[in-house]
Order: sequence, then structure tokens, then C-alpha cells
Amino acid sequence: MIEASALTKLYGDSRVVDRVSLTLDQPGVTAIIGPNGAGKSTLLSMIARLLPIDKGRAFIDGLDVTRTKGSELARRIAVLKQENGLLARLTVRDLIGFGRFPHSRGRLTAADRAKVDEAISFLDLTPLSDRFLDELSGGQRQRAFVAMVLAQDTPAILLDEPLNNLDIRHAVAMMRLVRKAADDLGKIIVVVLHDINFASCYADRIIAMQEGRIVVDGPAAAVVTEETVEAVFGLPVMVREIEGQRTCLFRR
Amino acid sequence: MADVAASQRRGELGTARPLILLALLALSCCAIFLTIGAQGNWSFVLPIRAPKLVAMILVGHAIAFSTVVFQTLSGNRILTPSIMGVDALYGLIQTLTVFFAGMLFAANSNSMTLFLVQTMAMIGFALALYGTLLGRGARDLYKLLLIGVIVGVLFRSLSGFLQRLIDPNAFVVLQDRLYASFNTVETELLTVAAILIGLVTLAFWRLLPQLDVLALGRDTATSLGVDPVALMRLSLGLIAVLVSVSTALVGPVTFFGLLVASLAVSLVGSRRHAETLLAASLIAVICLVGGQTLLERLLHFDTALGIVIEFVGGLVFLAIVLKRGIR
Repeated sequence: MIEASALTKLYGDSRVVDRVSLTLDQPGVTAIIGPNGAGKSTLLSMIARLLPIDKGRAFIDGLDVTRTKGSELARRIAVLKQENGLLARLTVRDLIGFGRFPHSRGRLTAADRAKVDEAISFLDLTPLSDRFLDELSGGQRQRAFVAMVLAQDTPAILLDEPLNNLDIRHAVAMMRLVRKAADDLGKIIVVVLHDINFASCYADRIIAMQEGRIVVDGPAAAVVTEETVEAVFGLPVMVREIEGQRTCLFRR
Repeated sequence: MADVAASQRRGELGTARPLILLALLALSCCAIFLTIGAQGNWSFVLPIRAPKLVAMILVGHAIAFSTVVFQTLSGNRILTPSIMGVDALYGLIQTLTVFFAGMLFAANSNSMTLFLVQTMAMIGFALALYGTLLGRGARDLYKLLLIGVIVGVLFRSLSGFLQRLIDPNAFVVLQDRLYASFNTVETELLTVAAILIGLVTLAFWRLLPQLDVLALGRDTATSLGVDPVALMRLSLGLIAVLVSVSTALVGPVTFFGLLVASLAVSLVGSRRHAETLLAASLIAVICLVGGQTLLERLLHFDTALGIVIEFVGGLVFLAIVLKRGIR
């Protein structure tokens, strides 16, 4: 369970995240959308203890993220930020093995190896598992990182813009995997997305942010309406139901 | 390149072979260094050569370890701990000693006291600078390193100024101390150095799994339950001890760490710190002991080995930078 109460991040005088409170306690996919600079990633990073919290508090399973030991939290919540440079040259299997670190402290047991294999097959990485990460395409590498996060085996997962740099085919494949992880494994997944249509088609719940505040929070179908999207992004759009998919298109 | 990748892909066996080869090579270098041209005069030869060998092994290991770990902390494969400014402080301490106490004192004073004072001063400086800055929540290591560079320049300028003022004879004594040399190591210092370096190595050994995780990047490490700031503070402190002890023992070396670290990474890869560190240490021993044997016995050179190694290390540094620039 993820809880935030009045979370605030200040950069000088500007409030990047402004007294945000939210509760996520149901398995499923929650998408955070909003214009650039709305504070989506900052909110996610504070909940995941990657950024210091200026005001307010965040709890994972009732544990205060600023006071609980990192190794304790690492068994409850996993976070994937936009890919950062790796210093080590690792194979896909090596990387996914690191997902077990919170449980194994670096010594993989047979149970850990089984979890790694599970994550590898869940993301269809079996043929690539002994390849080095720098030999993979961007989409394959992104899948390897998601597999590492899944191997961490936490009830909650935060993904910060997992579709960045992915073409539409890989983006759809990634969102299907996210959906599958929520449905089959019962995880609480929070995804920061830029594309409203991916949020609309794959998320159960959508949180829309603007200038550091949550402006709308509700079931996907209720949030993706012409009025709401126009209000959040400040852009006139058309929202249509196409073969059962609620789709949003900008007006030229 | 493809061959290297293929051999690494085979996993554990792929890295075991180069490590065993390196260990054998290092052992033979040590054996040759001890025995070459001895002609049975063991009681004469061993007491002279053994301390020198121990010093080279200690220093090689300390520099290899500190460089590989430092590169992980900074996320950069072309940095060495000398950027922290510790060896600039060594130069300043040496200069101050000769300047104020005179060259007679510097040449004759109790080396144990001098060694301890120097080591403590360097460790104290590094801990004060990096400990307080990291403690104040400075999360940006590069900012810290830049401060280290600037402080290093300050120390070097001060040393340079004082060196212009001292008399030429004293300057010769001083200059001798500012180049790394294994010919003048005191036996009694080796025990202290060995204990310090041994303790730091043990401490690092326990941190290796966490360092492996840190190599994935700060955010990923945090997500996996490793506290990057605490790990960095501890590791920088341990590195400061290694660098200080090795510098106080033989003098400053800049590029040697870079040389052995890049060789180690290209031989056994960078998947596990345990492997990379072991390889780097062995390569360091091979370079120092093998190089010293070559210079002393075969080429009958009296040049300090440090100069040759710095030269080769500098070339390797340039090669790495150029290779990356082209890519």
C-alpha cells in the first residue's frame, strides 16, 4: 500500500509538487499524466525515496519512507527510473539477478535463481538472457530493466516513463506486460505516462497533475473526457470511442 | 573484442582462467625478483629484497583497489583517487618539512614518526573534506571532486612557492621524495602499512556486493535497498586510507591506478567487483615487481620505476580518452 500525505517539493520558491495526498491500496495499474513540469516524476521519486521530501510524508505499507531502512523498503517497493548509464558491463541475467539483492544480499540462492528465471520468461527474455546489455536494442534493454524490477518481487512497483524512446510496437508490448503483471501477479503498479491513449487503454485509474497538484483522480473512463484533458493540458482535443478503446486526438 | 565477449559469456569459467593466469604470473614475478642473480647468497640477498617486494605488493594492491572502487563511486572509468588531492597534500607536507625543519631533519628524523604524521594528516584531510561535505547532504559527487581538484591546486601552488624559496641542496632532497620510489622503503614501516591496508581490504571485501549494486547507478541502487550516500562516505574514507598509506610509503603515483584498472576491466570485465579487484591487484603486482626486476637486473637501470610506470600509464590514459572520443 502506498500513501502520501501533503507531499511537497520546493525548488527555491516554486513548488514543484504541492501538498499532494493520495492512497493506492488496490492491485492494478495507475497512470499519472499531465503536462511537462507538472511534477509527475518528482512525486514518484519522493515516494520512492530517490529525492528528499521537503514537506509532508510518504508511507509504504505503513512505513515512513524517510525513516525506514532502505533494505526494508526494497522488499516492499521497486522503482524504475528512466535508464541511467551503467558502469558495469552486464548480461541480461546478471542485471535481473540484481533484482534479488534485497532478498539475497548478493548471494543468489536456488530460490533466487528460480525467481530470476521466472522474470526472464515473463518478459520473453529467454533467448537474450546471456547477451550483454550493450548488445541489445533500446526496447530489449528496457524489458531487461523491467524484468529486474519484477524479480525484486515487491507488491508495489513504480515506473517512471517506461515508454520513453520506445516505438509504438514496443510501447504496446511494454504496456501489455504492465497490465499482465498487475492482473496475473496482483501488483500495485504506478506508471508515469506522456501519452494519454496508453493511459486510457491500459490503466484502471488515472491521476492527472498540473503545476504540482492533483487536479483529477478517478477511473480511466471518467478522466479521459474532452473537458478534463483540455483543462489539464490546455489544448482542445477530441475524445472518441473507437472499437471499445477510448481515444484522444489533438485538434489541428 | 568479439573473442573477449564470447569468453565472458561462458560465465564463471570465463573469468576464472584469466585470474589463475594472472596469479601464476604474479607469483613467478615475485619468485624471479627474489632469486635472480642471487648465487646462493641468501642471507645477504633476502633481507634486502624481501622488504622491497612486500612494499611493492602492498602499494600495488592499495592503488589497484582504491582506483577500481573510486571509479565505481564516481561512475567514471578515467578517474583515479589522485583527483581527491591527497597526494598534493603529501607534496605540501614534504615541502613544509624540508622548508621549516631543514634538510638534515628531513633526511635523519625518525621515519616512523614522519610516516605516521603524514598518513594521519592525509587521512584527516580527506575525511574532513569529504566527510563534512557529504554529511551536509551534498549529493553531487562531482561537485566534491571539483572541490578536491581546487584544493589540490592550492596545495601544489603553495608547495611550488615554497620550493622556490628553499636552498638548492634541500631541493634535491625534497625532489627525491616527491617521486615514487621503492628503493628507500623502511622495513619497520611495512608492518604498520600492511596492517592498515589489510584492515581496509577486509572492510571493502564486505562491501563488495553493495558496490556491485552501486555500479547500476544511484537510483537503481536506492531502489534495491543500498544507501548510496552512506556507502560513498564509507568507501571514500577507506580509499583515503589506502591512498594515504601508499603515498606515505613510496610517494605519489597518478596514472598507475588507471593503467591496472583498465587492464583488469578489459581482461575480466566488470560484472563483479570481486573479480575486477582481484585482477587489478594481481596486474599491479605484476607491473611493479616485473617492472622493477626488468629495470634493475636486466637493464641495470637506476631510474625510479615510478617514472617509467607513470609514462606507460599516461599513454594508456591518452589511448582510452582518444578511443572514447572517436566512438
